[in-house]
Amino acid sequence: MTFRTSTGGAIDRNTLLHFTFNGQKLSGHPGDTLASALLANGVHEIGSSVKLGRPRGVVAAGSEDPTSLVQIEAPFSEPMLLATTVELYDGLEARGLAGQGRLAALPDPARYDAKHEHCDVLVVGAGPAGLVAALTAARSGARVVLVDEQNQAGGALLGVEEYLDDRPSAEWVADIVAELKSTPGVLVLERTTAFGMYQDGFVLALQKRTDHLGFAAPATVARQRVWRIRTKQTVLATGAHERPVVFADNDRPGIMLASSARTFLHRYGVLPGSRAVVFTTNDSAYCAAIDLAESGVDIALIADARPEAPARLATECAARGIEVRAGQLVTGTEGTSRVTVVHVGGEKIECDTLLVSGGWNPVVSLFSQARGKLRYDAELGAFVPGEELSTVRVAGSATGELDLNACTRQGRDAGAAAAGAAGFASGGQVPLPVSDSRCTARSGLVLWRVPGDEDASFVDLQRDATVSDVLRATGAGLRSLEHIKRYTTIGTAHDQGKTSGMIAAGIVAEALGVELEDQRPTTFRPPYTSVSFAALAGRDRGELHDPVRVTAIHPWHVAHGALFENVGQWKRPWYYPQPGEDLHTAVLRECRATRESVGMMDGSTLGKIDVQGRDAGKFLDMLYTNMMSNLKVGKIRYGVMCGVDGMVIDDGTVIRVGEQRYLVTTTTGNAAKILDWMEEWLQTEWPHLDVHCASVTEHWVTIPLVGPKSRAVLGEVAPDLDVSNEAFEFMTWHDTVVAGVPARVCRISFSGELAYEINVTAWHGLAVWEALMAAGEKYGITPYGTETMHVLRAEKGYPIIGQETDATVTPQDLGMSWAVSKKKPDFIGKRSFARAENNRTDRKQLVGLLPVDPEVLLPEGSQIVETDRLPEPPVRMLGHVTSSYPSAALGRTFALALVRSGHERIGETLYVPVEDTLVPVTVTESVLYDKEGARRDG
Amino acid sequence: MQLIPCPWCGPREEAEFHYGGQAHVAYPEDPSALTDEEWAQYVFFRDNPSGPFAERWSHSAGCRRWFNAVRDTRSHDLLAVYRAGEPMPEVAS
Repeated sequence: MTFRTSTGGAIDRNTLLHFTFNGQKLSGHPGDTLASALLANGVHEIGSSVKLGRPRGVVAAGSEDPTSLVQIEAPFSEPMLLATTVELYDGLEARGLAGQGRLAALPDPARYDAKHEHCDVLVVGAGPAGLVAALTAARSGARVVLVDEQNQAGGALLGVEEYLDDRPSAEWVADIVAELKSTPGVLVLERTTAFGMYQDGFVLALQKRTDHLGFAAPATVARQRVWRIRTKQTVLATGAHERPVVFADNDRPGIMLASSARTFLHRYGVLPGSRAVVFTTNDSAYCAAIDLAESGVDIALIADARPEAPARLATECAARGIEVRAGQLVTGTEGTSRVTVVHVGGEKIECDTLLVSGGWNPVVSLFSQARGKLRYDAELGAFVPGEELSTVRVAGSATGELDLNACTRQGRDAGAAAAGAAGFASGGQVPLPVSDSRCTARSGLVLWRVPGDEDASFVDLQRDATVSDVLRATGAGLRSLEHIKRYTTIGTAHDQGKTSGMIAAGIVAEALGVELEDQRPTTFRPPYTSVSFAALAGRDRGELHDPVRVTAIHPWHVAHGALFENVGQWKRPWYYPQPGEDLHTAVLRECRATRESVGMMDGSTLGKIDVQGRDAGKFLDMLYTNMMSNLKVGKIRYGVMCGVDGMVIDDGTVIRVGEQRYLVTTTTGNAAKILDWMEEWLQTEWPHLDVHCASVTEHWVTIPLVGPKSRAVLGEVAPDLDVSNEAFEFMTWHDTVVAGVPARVCRISFSGELAYEINVTAWHGLAVWEALMAAGEKYGITPYGTETMHVLRAEKGYPIIGQETDATVTPQDLGMSWAVSKKKPDFIGKRSFARAENNRTDRKQLVGLLPVDPEVLLPEGSQIVETDRLPEPPVRMLGHVTSSYPSAALGRTFALALVRSGHERIGETLYVPVEDTLVPVTVTESVLYDKEGARRDG
Repeated sequence: MQLIPCPWCGPREEAEFHYGGQAHVAYPEDPSALTDEEWAQYVFFRDNPSGPFAERWSHSAGCRRWFNAVRDTRSHDLLAVYRAGEPMPEVAS
């Protein structure tokens, strides 16, 4: 049976759209939503409720609907959409949900993007008030953006059959839209929901650009777009939502808001059922009843909660044979998948539809997000904007004004005021239309609920939260609406309580015996309607999510099978597995080759900062714990930086390039942070210092050449350079030519081996790398990655900032007192070293750990305890394992750890809980390999 | 997204800025002359007023300069911005 009217509505009856719902093949027309098409086919049961599994239908016609959640299956799986906001297209496949959807298993193939827009006046809502506001502002010459969530302008006019100035309201709407669209500097965005309002006129809006095209959506057009609008002035003409009244079994399919039924009739040509009972507290439902009766619906009864029915409307009803009973309440319903009986005043009335109106809630979400204060309007039974803001104005039914003539007047005033505040003089009055509407909703009775079975009286239909739940919350002593919202979950579903929030507040006030005037409504937060993560991500997905930085040698690493690890945004070779190798065997091979012959790695990601100026030495003396100003040109020094609290923040080498020039290196991940740190001190504390800093990280390719044969390899590619130990000492540098390219070679070692660091301009980096590989071939030169680097340095007890340290570790804790100057009068962090806390003997200190069983590899992050059996909790933890590796050089596993009083515990046996066992370990010094430093000079 | 008026660049979105805590907390002239408590005050303690608060900002994704701002901590409204080294202007809270 069809519930489609033969005429009327903004649908194209000549075109059929085929769709599938819950496996059933159905059809609708262009202009339909999924919900209107389902109702036209007599399908009211959409899904079931999230906790109780009760059948649920369609309550409202728009985005305020709490129940009609569906999962779209085709063209692309998308969960938790409202059938009332999904525009129908051919081939649509959807399924009703039992409260929750499921995420697609495949990546969303559609494109999403974002666009910035700047304007003088933003108008949200293209109903009568918004249209007049936008046109008034546009005529003044202001740049105007008008956004509206519907696919056509008109707002509430779309759901009624009203005449403005004696012609159909659609014509009046079309004229205004046409003028707006033809005015330069005016942007009209349909299918666009302003979902967030932030400071300084920043508004986010989601435009659904091709959702409604379904399979026909062009792949080259972004499906949805987030508009990032910055406006001087805003007019909120966001309208009002009808709210229901709560009574027992108020959740059955077929129970619908009266104005929504009217919208389904006038906009989609759909009847909600055959025989309806109307339950109202105000006049507006009478119009719905009369319109539906004239369209052939049998209105069994209007139950008006007020003691007296409105005389004029009652007369109109009588003329149409509609019975009106004043002072009557709906106390319950019957039915399974659809309402079949309504209880009114002890009488059971058979019907298939129950239309409810409990009054109107102004949509104040964006106003509240803009930090506008709300005020309770006792006559309306709703929170309304309670103050004027300098940049945000509210017009139309969003103010609580429900008379159309008054709404358009407000729109005109707000549009003129907004344009004026943005600096635009009036461009002439927009004539206001005169409406023939018979209904106003003011004059209503505020009624939150009808007493009855509280367990079946649903306040939030989506959350399955009942009057019982609210009373349980107040009974437990909760008084604040914010707390009750969280306790009951009312208002936390996809609809954010659009129809339930106000009622919940009313029931709470009744239960507590307080006035709503004294209650603070819950905070409205973005987004106003659901926004997909895909839309928010826009183009920032996959490769475009975050920049990827690669070195000049990267293509070689890829070609030679390197696996990569992410260090900040950098891709660094992790290790270079040969056929059949895993991480473990590859790293053992790389370590052995490097310690026994020669290896090299790509160290280009190391942060490099060029520090220049007359006071550069003085500046670095303040930054580093050790002295830098007395470093001689040509020399290199390792240095540690601390925060003012004395905790290590970074380490690296300092190269003195000239009298007034140093090159500072930082750890890969801290390069930007350390440059910021330098700038902060220079700009805010020592602006008198003549120092300039610049990042030169990407200018240089840096290649550590490491191992006993590194001298021979370097000698071959740098014929001008005397590589002897006497001529080229440890911690010095020389400018020379390497592989025919100007290069700076530093003698630095992060492995304890004889080693050089070859720096060339990035442009020549790959060629020099390949020349070194060729020259080292006869020694079996082995490229190695970060994992081998970590093992080699750990064997020497060299800490890695961020692995051995965590912002609670001092240089002394790391055993680096030697790097802390006693001579300098001050440096950042120095004073903190004298604090009692920093001198406790039970601080956690860096030590080595050797598992008693040399095969056992301790998991990094493991806790360390004192006893071989765990006492009753709480167990005292002595520290944790910071690094742990198998070592080719040591022939066993080893670890570094931060341990309480670690330096005093050397030689002790401690225990590391690993799964169900306690692994005994011996505490050692942190330097485990070549303690005497014999390998440094080759 | 708040607009922050950089005294060098003009109003820019807050995402371009980096927060730097309370302003006008100078690095002590001679830290070694301070008691532990005085030093701890400098290192660890900052004001947390409800109302106007002078604080440091850096236009880190713009001109990269540090400047000072007076912000009402109740509303986030920026009551004044001024360049490093300039005195804090009078603001009406």
